[in-house]
Amino acid sequence: MRIAHEIVERNRGLSDVAVVGLQTGGVPLAERLAAMLEEIEGTAVPLGSIDVAFYRDDIGLRPVLPEEVTDLPFDITGRVVVLVDDVLFTGRTVRAALEALAARGRAGAVQLAVMIDRGHRELPIRPDFVGKNLPTRRDELVEVSEQGVTIGDLVAADDDRGAR
Amino acid sequence: MNADELLVGGRAPAARHLLSIADLDRDGILEIMRLSDAFAEVSERPIPKVPALRGRTVATVFMEPSTRTRLSFETAAKRLSADTMTFTAASSSTVKGESLRDTVETIDAMGIDAMVIRHHSSGAPLMVTHWIKASVINGGDGTHEHPTQALLDCYTILETLAARRGGEAPADLKGLRIAIVGDIKHSRVARSNVLAFSALGAEVLLVAPPTLMPASLEGWPVNATGDLDSTLGELDVIYLLRIQSERLGEVLLPSLEEYHWRYGLTRERAAALKKDALVMHPGPMIRGVEISPEVADMPASLVTRQVRNGVLVRMAVLFHLLGSGEI
Repeated sequence: MRIAHEIVERNRGLSDVAVVGLQTGGVPLAERLAAMLEEIEGTAVPLGSIDVAFYRDDIGLRPVLPEEVTDLPFDITGRVVVLVDDVLFTGRTVRAALEALAARGRAGAVQLAVMIDRGHRELPIRPDFVGKNLPTRRDELVEVSEQGVTIGDLVAADDDRGAR
Repeated sequence: MNADELLVGGRAPAARHLLSIADLDRDGILEIMRLSDAFAEVSERPIPKVPALRGRTVATVFMEPSTRTRLSFETAAKRLSADTMTFTAASSSTVKGESLRDTVETIDAMGIDAMVIRHHSSGAPLMVTHWIKASVINGGDGTHEHPTQALLDCYTILETLAARRGGEAPADLKGLRIAIVGDIKHSRVARSNVLAFSALGAEVLLVAPPTLMPASLEGWPVNATGDLDSTLGELDVIYLLRIQSERLGEVLLPSLEEYHWRYGLTRERAAALKKDALVMHPGPMIRGVEISPEVADMPASLVTRQVRNGVLVRMAVLFHLLGSGEI
């Protein structure tokens, strides 16, 4: 809810704003965020989702498969696109998402909203809107669900899992 | 292949191949279908291209004439941002007497990640896997198999059923009765499709004159008949194979006219099909032999859809072998 207000404040309204969730964790959050934005401003914002599998930089290094078909039913050119994900970790998923977005048009601006920022960035990427900063160890696994956030130990040394 | 050989150029695990539909089980086939859906969305974009296989090279080695399969694979590779290399027998060192082994080893030595091979001998792609490091994809070998054709056929059926049900794709082909009609004996498309359709739960019926039926159907999960007319009303899909005119010389067929009269999909036979039955053909179609010209252009005919889907499914196969890290 606070993030929704921050988005309205930052963009002085919602006239050009679109919300795009990253598959799969970011999609339900993007839906909730879009609903809240509509509640606050009284107008619907365009909502989409993207899967970044084909844009990842670790294709061929580990199993990479798209989770869902990308669904971006509007032109992003000139819009302020708010990317939404559940957990921000290395930043590599966001980098792939920026490339995926760029392939679809030239957004006026891209902003990043995440539920959890767990640190350990490997790229110069920072979120614009953060639900909660959560200090973690690199080898921990952070999972966001409807019930809340759980931190567990990674069984296999698969760093990226936690970022998705 | 030992562990040291697996890391070529610091990338990619073991070379993995697609030689037969039997290399994929039901789940493997469905995985390709799911990936194809993702590439269908990519193909509808203004710029229908993703960087997924940037820096990879796909070579197409065609020792037998083919336009659609080769162009389809090359389009698929380019939409994935891979580089392509083309080798066709007519314009190459094969005419100078170079062996298949020397040819593929030479191409492999240039540094490729996948080789799509079409060859007139059954089993040639399997031989090639012993000679080169790249992934090998069977683009049609002799009378053995043509796996990507079968995958695109499955995708086309599933996609058409999904469109009819308002977008909800069926889980598989269970409950469908599919007839494959024509030169079963010499058809690699028939072999791959029998495996793929039945792996997805369809009931497969082979229809052909006795001379064009394999000597034995033992171990095939199919029924067979020589009488097309009595089956028409029960079919959900009728899949026509091309009749190769060279078979006439082998005394397997009296004439193309007689084949058309007994097995061709004429307007009358098309009228005897169920209203929602699908008509498919792997191409190239010979109008007036296995299909009447007017039937080929009916809305029930999925032939051009099959061609479009060929690109999507081949993108899925290339990404599956080179990109996803799993098979």
